[in-house]
Amino acid sequence: MSTRTADQAARIGETRGERLRRVLSSRAASVVAIVIAALWTIPTLGLFVSSLRPDEDIRTTGWWNFFADPGSVSLYNYNYVLYSDSQGGGLIINLINTVVITIPGVVVPVAFAAMAAYALSWIKFRGRNLLYVGIFALQVVPLQMALIPLLSIFSSGLHIGGVTLIPAWDLEGVNTLIQVWIAHSIFGLPLAIFLLHNFMRELPGDVMEAARIDGASHSQIFRKVVLPLVTPAIASIAIFQFLWVWNDFLVGRTFAPGEATRPLTAVLGDMAGTWGFGWTRLPAAAFIAIIVPLVVFLLLQRYFVRGLLAGSVKG
Amino acid sequence: MNISAYLDRFGLLAVGLVAFAAVLLALYGLAELASRRDRNRAVAFVFLAPAVLFLVVGLVYPAVRTVVMSFYDAKSENFVGFDNYVWAVSDPDALQILVNTALWIVIVPLVSTALGLLYAVLIDGRAGERVYKALVFLPMGISFVGASIIWKFVYQYNGAGGEQIGLLNQVVVWLGGSPVNWLNESPWNNLLLMVVLVWIEVGFATVVLSASLKGVPTEIVEAARIDGASPAEIFWNVTVPSIRSAIIVVAVTVFIATLKLFDIVRAMTQGHHGTDVLAHNMVEQAFRLFERGRGATLAVLLFLLVVPVVIYQVRNMRRQELETR
Repeated sequence: MSTRTADQAARIGETRGERLRRVLSSRAASVVAIVIAALWTIPTLGLFVSSLRPDEDIRTTGWWNFFADPGSVSLYNYNYVLYSDSQGGGLIINLINTVVITIPGVVVPVAFAAMAAYALSWIKFRGRNLLYVGIFALQVVPLQMALIPLLSIFSSGLHIGGVTLIPAWDLEGVNTLIQVWIAHSIFGLPLAIFLLHNFMRELPGDVMEAARIDGASHSQIFRKVVLPLVTPAIASIAIFQFLWVWNDFLVGRTFAPGEATRPLTAVLGDMAGTWGFGWTRLPAAAFIAIIVPLVVFLLLQRYFVRGLLAGSVKG
Repeated sequence: MNISAYLDRFGLLAVGLVAFAAVLLALYGLAELASRRDRNRAVAFVFLAPAVLFLVVGLVYPAVRTVVMSFYDAKSENFVGFDNYVWAVSDPDALQILVNTALWIVIVPLVSTALGLLYAVLIDGRAGERVYKALVFLPMGISFVGASIIWKFVYQYNGAGGEQIGLLNQVVVWLGGSPVNWLNESPWNNLLLMVVLVWIEVGFATVVLSASLKGVPTEIVEAARIDGASPAEIFWNVTVPSIRSAIIVVAVTVFIATLKLFDIVRAMTQGHHGTDVLAHNMVEQAFRLFERGRGATLAVLLFLLVVPVVIYQVRNMRRQELETR
């Protein structure tokens, strides 16, 4: 069904697009479109080419010379940045940190958001609308508002009027990654609840009603009726959160500050900022960080776009 | 590399996931118990408890605390009234940051939305539309840091003689100019940093606007054409008003992303050479200079700038909902 509507849309688009395109002459339009597409592709291509060139070549000539004189192509840089013990190497450990951060950083907020969204859309209780509006409004709070106090909760606990509500966690070393999980879960929740609530609200009420009459409990309806129906929505939200967590710089850097616990993006961000010794390794290092989300993004683009349109246009 | 470093991390991951699964099972068990007794309030409580707990402890309380901290000194010990706010609007360095931020939040949403709209119109219905769209959409999957590294190589400057290895300077040389150390040239370096964010956000704008272009009813366009409207008139008087709300949504979304921007400034210039912005300097103040009061103040300013825009967007959405009814 979706392909047919897409076809129709394309056909409609064609006639209208042609008309619009007469604003500029068709040839000029082509040139502009191709220039934009090229500007959006060439920089990435350049980085990829650089990552395959030897240190000396990167230092002395531009990557475009590669096409005239390929010289030697090697994966040496990749090997160096991942495994070398020298400066700018050994990033495999940071790549692992990223993986270890990302999996709970996606699973936890999506699961909790799904439960919350179900309660907000299908369980009747007093104060439901007020609570929903409150959570909706939290989307406005930039995570910068939470950084300093949240960090101090982890390091020295939460005390109100001499009463300790949360003791200090005193996490060290690898265990600081737990702080990153929790921070990502918190910051991902408002948007995830909002989007999932939008999807769940649209589900047909008579299906729920029928399940209720058959004696199903809320947790059974949630697991067996609602979750299967909103799987595409959960997929698109999980992709959002995955891209956000994998690509994050600030949260990882703030909550797992040690050299050995930082995620890959945080290390890269600081390496790029200082541009010190070993900048010729940056293309390979950056490409390792880029390639995973890019592949996920390309494979699951359809879900991502659906989530994007649902979140931004329909509201 | 020693293997125990790997084991540490994956061990932590395994423990974390098992603990999480246990929490979920416990919650389902509680919900099941409450369900059997048909107590909606209790079931709702169980379903909402984890999310609400996280949000209250991790977002609501910290936000309130940050507002309080903005009225205290660097160590959050002495009440200083509005001193931090006065600093933010009178100190020359802080003013520079505010000016830069203002430039960012005007230029980036405007340019991203305009370019996205232009590109969406240009490729609409063209052969290979999906490929065109994918090429521009691709940077959305790349991190701000990755994009910064990509562009830092484009802007690279070789002042020591010899070949230029940055594409932009090479183009300048090919055109007969002399290379420039782009990222040190204030205030123009601000624009070059904005290019990176625009490069990322245009893909988003294109996809959303392209989808809404497909929704413009052909009958209206047809009628306008029969009435003798020129293509430009159709564009400005029919197409743009029809997708107005999508344009606003795109601009607002990009606006908010721009305001919260930390990564690009950090990875490109670390805020040097007159390129610092609010969200980046907030982190500098709070975590490097240990000026918690000032950091908190900048965070509050960030929040105050987001609020009116979001209220506007919510109103816009509500009106749109009423219209479609």
